[in-house]
Amino acid sequence: MNPRHDVDPHEGQGTAHEPTPTIWPVGFAVGIACIFVGLIISKIVLVVGVVLTAIFGFLWIRDATRPFRGEEAPAEPEPSRALPPGTPAARTSGPDPGQGEIVRFPRSKFLEATTLGLGGLIGVIVTAPVLGFTVLPPFIKQGHPKIDVGAIEDFPENKFVIATYLLKPEDGEVSRRTAYIRNNGFLDESPSFTILSNRCVHLGCPVQVNGLPLDDEAKTEKTAGDNVVTRIPTAAAAGFGCPCHGGQYDTEGNRTAGPPVRALDRYQFEIVDGRLLLGQTFSVSDVDGTGAEAKIHTYRLAGPGQHVDGPEGWLYPVQPPR
Amino acid sequence: MANKPQGRSHQLLQILLYPLNWLEERTSLPGRSGIVGGIKYFLFRKVPSDISWGHTLGSAALTAFIVQAVTGVILAMYYKPDPNSAYESIRHITDDLWAGWLVRGMHRWGASVFIILLFLHMGRVFLYGAYKYPRELNWIIGVLILVLGMMEGFFGYLLPWDQTAYWATVVGVNLQATGPFVGPFLGDVLRGGSEIGPDTLARFYSLHMLVIPGALAALIGLHLWLVVRIGVSSPPWSPTEAGRPEPGPPPAPRKGLVAPAPRNGLAAPVSRGARRR
Repeated sequence: MNPRHDVDPHEGQGTAHEPTPTIWPVGFAVGIACIFVGLIISKIVLVVGVVLTAIFGFLWIRDATRPFRGEEAPAEPEPSRALPPGTPAARTSGPDPGQGEIVRFPRSKFLEATTLGLGGLIGVIVTAPVLGFTVLPPFIKQGHPKIDVGAIEDFPENKFVIATYLLKPEDGEVSRRTAYIRNNGFLDESPSFTILSNRCVHLGCPVQVNGLPLDDEAKTEKTAGDNVVTRIPTAAAAGFGCPCHGGQYDTEGNRTAGPPVRALDRYQFEIVDGRLLLGQTFSVSDVDGTGAEAKIHTYRLAGPGQHVDGPEGWLYPVQPPR
Repeated sequence: MANKPQGRSHQLLQILLYPLNWLEERTSLPGRSGIVGGIKYFLFRKVPSDISWGHTLGSAALTAFIVQAVTGVILAMYYKPDPNSAYESIRHITDDLWAGWLVRGMHRWGASVFIILLFLHMGRVFLYGAYKYPRELNWIIGVLILVLGMMEGFFGYLLPWDQTAYWATVVGVNLQATGPFVGPFLGDVLRGGSEIGPDTLARFYSLHMLVIPGALAALIGLHLWLVVRIGVSSPPWSPTEAGRPEPGPPPAPRKGLVAPAPRNGLAAPVSRGARRR
């Protein structure tokens, strides 16, 4: 009933009108591809392509024209499956349609596998960079540039100053960050600062000073790298509180109430030519003591809500690059 | 006298139906209906006679989804997913554009309507036991639709780019970042970095309007296909369900799009689509 049988009685298993199967077109195609690529990027690749095309083209033509030149096609390697006794040996002089067609790895199966395999390969080649583009950029080139937030004299001793700056001025206001900076005076003749991040370590809301921000005394300064830094002095800062879920911290950043899981993150800092530079932030489990003498238990920067110490800290063994 | 009024209306009908017949002829196989026949079957297929308004919650949720899709596409014509102009473009939509407040309001409140209807629909299916064999797969697909619907809400919430949106998203992403082991990485992927930055808004916009709606539409299609294929279930107290004849006179026709199933004799008919195990 199926009309296909009338057209192709051998179901694609090599018939008289088809050329003998040959592998050379694969190399020929690679050569052509090299020519096209070489035309654009490199003469060496072009030459390689021409050579490949010529060699495999010659071999292909030699194979394809074999019947016309009166040569015998090479016998296909037979599978080990034994022929039924009495079957006349086929394939001694070219394909023999009709009787005695032997079972071998059929062309249709080969084409199926090739199509699926090539399709899968193309899928992987296309998907891998796209997936990488989706997932990898968040982990690359993160880092925290050094931010100049003002001269040391701009920070009165033992008072918190609210400093806001742009992490990346080219990104605009979306990159504005806030640090609470307290000048602790000098420890062993080197200046000491307590610099707290304003990101609540519960879930990242902005903690506020439990005190009085002196907005009238705010100073805005353009510092290095087109940054716009604002410094707001505070009075009677008794700690910090988060408006979102009620987390409370003391003046060293230790949690005193509410859901936060550790102390406030702190900034690394350095002083260059009398200017205070903020660096990377790091995480703190808790702080013993106060001011310049405080002992800070530091950890690698972890996200809000993530424990850094104790058994719960084991839940976050690896942190993405910061 | 050849052009009688009846003949005219018949001719008019033929002219109107011609495109449909054309379409049907070109999408059907011998003995099998094409697009038009398929839609007719979908709309007028037989369902159990004792279904109720509760069975319309799925269609209601679908309608809410369509409203979200249409209003969302229109909003996308005016919205600018850029940190420096997103808030202003939302203000422009709400205050300046004709009926912008209405379309944005439909999208804003329709989002809640969609989620509420999903839950009501889920409750109906749960209480009626309609998730049982052979409909478990459709329950699973429905759960995925619910999860994706809530993700739509999460990613869409950032787009107005006001203080509420920003800090709610900060909290939401950090909440997911507290997941063990992979949490911190998930948070960074969602934000497009260790902090919310210029890429975050566009990332959320893309997920909100392309990725998740596409997945939702595909799953809804599958969900509907299974509903039609397996059929609608009767309530658990249904005599039809229990195989008993229904006492009393046949009830009044039921509500909804579909015609009531015809009755013959005592046995309440069960459509081919509504067969039980």
